[in-house]
Amino acid sequence: MKTFPIGGVHPHDCKEFSKDASVEVMELADEVNIPLSQHIGAPAVVKVANGDKVLVGDVIAEPGGFMSAFIHAPVSGTVTAVGEKVNAQGIPQMMVTIRREGDDWREDIDRSSELVPTCQLDSKQIIEKIRQCGIVGLGGATFPTHVKLSIPAGKRAEFLIINGVECEPYLTSDYRTMMEYTNEVIVGIKILRQAVSAEHVLIGVENNKRDAMELLSKCLTQCDGIQVVPLKMKYPQGGEKQLIAALTGRQVPPPPALPIDVGAVVCNVSTAKAVYDAVQKNKPLVERVVTVSGRDVKQAKNMLVRFGTPVSKLLAKCSVEQCDKQKVLLGGPMMGRAMSNLDAPVTKGCSGVVVLTSKEASRCEQKDCIKCAKCVEACPMGLEPFMLYKLSKRSNWDLAEQEDIVSCIECGSCSFTCPGYLPLLDYIRLGKGRVMANIKARNRK
Amino acid sequence: MSILIYTVLTLSLIGVVAAAVLYGVSKKFHVEEDERIDSVATMLPGANCGGCGFAGCRAMAEALVKEEDISGLFCPVGGNACMSAIASLLGKTPAKKDPQVATLKCGGTCDKRPKTTVYDGAHSCAIQASLYTGESTCPDGCIGEGDCVKVCQYGALSINPQTGLAQVDAEKCTACGACVKACPRHVLELRKRWPKNKAVYVGCSSRQKGPLTIRACKAGCIGCGKCAKVCQFEAITIENNLAYIDSTKCRLCRKCYNECPTKAIKLIGLEPLAVKTEEKQ
Repeated sequence: MKTFPIGGVHPHDCKEFSKDASVEVMELADEVNIPLSQHIGAPAVVKVANGDKVLVGDVIAEPGGFMSAFIHAPVSGTVTAVGEKVNAQGIPQMMVTIRREGDDWREDIDRSSELVPTCQLDSKQIIEKIRQCGIVGLGGATFPTHVKLSIPAGKRAEFLIINGVECEPYLTSDYRTMMEYTNEVIVGIKILRQAVSAEHVLIGVENNKRDAMELLSKCLTQCDGIQVVPLKMKYPQGGEKQLIAALTGRQVPPPPALPIDVGAVVCNVSTAKAVYDAVQKNKPLVERVVTVSGRDVKQAKNMLVRFGTPVSKLLAKCSVEQCDKQKVLLGGPMMGRAMSNLDAPVTKGCSGVVVLTSKEASRCEQKDCIKCAKCVEACPMGLEPFMLYKLSKRSNWDLAEQEDIVSCIECGSCSFTCPGYLPLLDYIRLGKGRVMANIKARNRK
Repeated sequence: MSILIYTVLTLSLIGVVAAAVLYGVSKKFHVEEDERIDSVATMLPGANCGGCGFAGCRAMAEALVKEEDISGLFCPVGGNACMSAIASLLGKTPAKKDPQVATLKCGGTCDKRPKTTVYDGAHSCAIQASLYTGESTCPDGCIGEGDCVKVCQYGALSINPQTGLAQVDAEKCTACGACVKACPRHVLELRKRWPKNKAVYVGCSSRQKGPLTIRACKAGCIGCGKCAKVCQFEAITIENNLAYIDSTKCRLCRKCYNECPTKAIKLIGLEPLAVKTEEKQ
């Protein structure tokens, strides 16, 4: 079985809590807050004002640049505020507040569950449709999908890689999407293939999701060129570069090189489902599947949630009040971020909410580096985390840049594996930010 | 015996040849350096703190000697005395600046600013600030992990365990500005140093709206503007829900302190103005 060649760690997958919970539709919140920055790149520019009436699917914000995305109203009702609200980390951020009235959708959106298997549009039309519907990568990085699919001149997409790995422990939203929206995902993949005219289509799935693999292969028998590839379980296989290495054996060079430089385009399975909805049903991205899970959560669930719904409402639905909730994470335990404000809204990049118990959440006492090089062994990018940590700590940004700190994908394998419990990633992330800012400043000159 | 003689002779010969080569090289590649650079460098404090904007005292000395107009160059550590001595040596006009001192614009002590979360990550303000608001809900206040303490070469900064905030020892502070650069929240400012280190300043950096500020911290500035109204010297401006006292215009009259409802305005080395009882009634 295939996997990526360097580094990686083996955290327990913890998927048993929410794996078998089928997707429930979450009731609508009475008031939603929609951040204007739910994607990588420039924040969207707001197009509604206080008192405006909106329907579900109406554009409330337009892209603020090439690397940006449309944002649509996830509920119908009245806009009550456009202004700063605190986000999950407690930091003020521009958000649009909508008070919900009923659930009225824009009329040109097809809400039936009937499968529309064929698509007659050409590549340009598909990409424009995806742009109009505000689709971003739903794996967590929220990279605008239309930018990813616009292949630069002179490059060719040999491989379209569909990411069904979901290597983050606890999260099962992609798995449930594959299980319950199998046909939609497959049509979405075909549309994506049409958009980038890829020769080979590979769906990478880790072997802890055998049933999803079988289901996908069963539905795929009649169409050619799409292949489901089982992968050995290893974190961070869901990382774009790791998945490309696992499936094609090609290594993406360090930044600013992109996957397209080795002829690959990677999309998540949930993104494929969103693309299907956008192109075939004219339905913008207004909701997504979110996993709520944790060791002590009795009713772990996978829920179809409209954006802007407060996370506290999701937790209440799963009766989290009674359980030990020391730390609530937005995202998985490896790459997710702890929340300090539980009333923060669900956004496009939120694939799960993980509730950690006090035993899991607290960090162990930090010891000294014993030069065991476990972090070097674990780093999937072939970096030397202990060294980058030290350089960052000493603010030696020039040397950190030479040591290729910007290649770090912030997967946390180094911190996970360190026997001295050093905060390796914390410092590397800090250094990466500084070095990237330095490079940007230099390029501007 | 002959071995000894040959050895001595050979070594002496090598020595002579090497000396000749070195002499030639030193003549050929001689760098003409202004002698004044050395003397200026010895006059500078020699702390290499970077407060002047140069990498070290030597680089500053080179610039001072090289530049025609040195009014833009100033060593905050040496101060006016040092600069005028250097200027008289070089025959140039020195820059003059009021002495300054680093000031912490945050009053969010443990009792005023309740902690809502627990942070057990890396001990660095920059890291904590990049992750979230910190243990309280104020997104602009002092974090208290001591990034400023780490960069201060003069031992002027420390974290007060009672308040959880950084504190400046005004006697030791040289206004080099290293802490101002290191603070990710920009709560440190270089302000004019008054005799006996007296000061009136707004001890808050919160740019949030009043109600949010007060919810996070009882000592926060809510931007009500009362202080700006009573100030006779136009030293106080309100921007982004935050009052700012310009230390160059302020005359330490303390009227603003009496007006401030949250006591975000701090007095150092000064007594509050006595409030006349008739006025109160």
